[in-house]
Amino acid sequence: MQGKSIALIAAALGLTGLWGPAAAQKTSIEAIEEYREMLQDGNPADLFEAKGEELWKQKRGPRNASLERCDLGKGAGVVKGAFVELPRWFADTGKVQDLESRLVTCMSTLQGIDPKAIIDAQWGKGERANTTALATWIAAQSKGMAFKLPQDHVQERTMYQVGKRLFYQRGGPHDFSCASCHGEEGKRIRLQDLPDLRKAPGDGIGFAAWPAYRVSNGQMWSMQHRLHDCYRQQRFPEVIFASDVTVAIGVFLGVNAQGDKSAVPTIKR
Amino acid sequence: MADPMRIRAQAAGDKTTVRVLMSHEMETGQRKDSSGKVIPAWYIQEVSATHNGKPVLSAQWGPSVAKNPFLQFVVKGAKAGDKLSVIWKDNKGDSRTDEATVS
Repeated sequence: MQGKSIALIAAALGLTGLWGPAAAQKTSIEAIEEYREMLQDGNPADLFEAKGEELWKQKRGPRNASLERCDLGKGAGVVKGAFVELPRWFADTGKVQDLESRLVTCMSTLQGIDPKAIIDAQWGKGERANTTALATWIAAQSKGMAFKLPQDHVQERTMYQVGKRLFYQRGGPHDFSCASCHGEEGKRIRLQDLPDLRKAPGDGIGFAAWPAYRVSNGQMWSMQHRLHDCYRQQRFPEVIFASDVTVAIGVFLGVNAQGDKSAVPTIKR
Repeated sequence: MADPMRIRAQAAGDKTTVRVLMSHEMETGQRKDSSGKVIPAWYIQEVSATHNGKPVLSAQWGPSVAKNPFLQFVVKGAKAGDKLSVIWKDNKGDSRTDEATVS
């Protein structure tokens, strides 16, 4: 008896799945796509890009220096193409660093800016906001280029493995992991399609879509901000800006995105 | 001092499409901060545009316009090399003028 009613419910669910939401869902996703296309033309990320470029060239900080000698992995001052090879290992710090943790290093060594002023700051305020603008401009200089993160150094390979474990590690009050949302194809939160981050999700999707401008709150979000909010949504303890955890996840996502072309800066809901 | 605008003006035939991106908080005056205090209104009130010094657009804006607003309009008769300038003024009296060349 009980078995029969369960089968009936399943059949009923199957039917609604076929006729009801599936048809409506397609049109609403198309409508959202259309909305995004309209926004793309006047992406306010341009404003942050302009600010970032100015900050790169401007003499600032206690040492009154610009960031033009900052080595982002392709030699001092080379910006183009640097973003699609980050995170990578740096000999001077002896660490694997992503774009933003590298910027923290450059801002402190070249300009004398206290790393705490960035790491302990709030999003969108002070030196943290400057770092986001810099990251937006630097990332945009590699627009259209394919990700090819180096995996030659043993630490880079280690960080990939650490990132992989973090990606699948379940915890927090909801027993969530990154993989709960990003470990399967065809998932979404409300109307947002969620990329499957176990593999390359495609050009301009997932790792290749950040930094992005968020229309709903008018904020520019870097990859660090994206990861920070993913952890908040999972109800994990607050992740520290530019910490090894965030870099390791960045290596895992970046290596998986191998070959995908970066579309940044993008625009999001 | 407010951040610069981004202005693009592109001619096609006798029409020029102008796209303007402004950097502004556009605070409505309806929101409260974490301590419950009302965040004072701060938004662009007047927008005007000139083509080679001749006014072509004048608008009055309110708090319902989004943060970092985007404005697009078409100017008839503008040619490549012409000057297009846009001015905004907000309710705090701050203003910003930027100029672009039609391409």
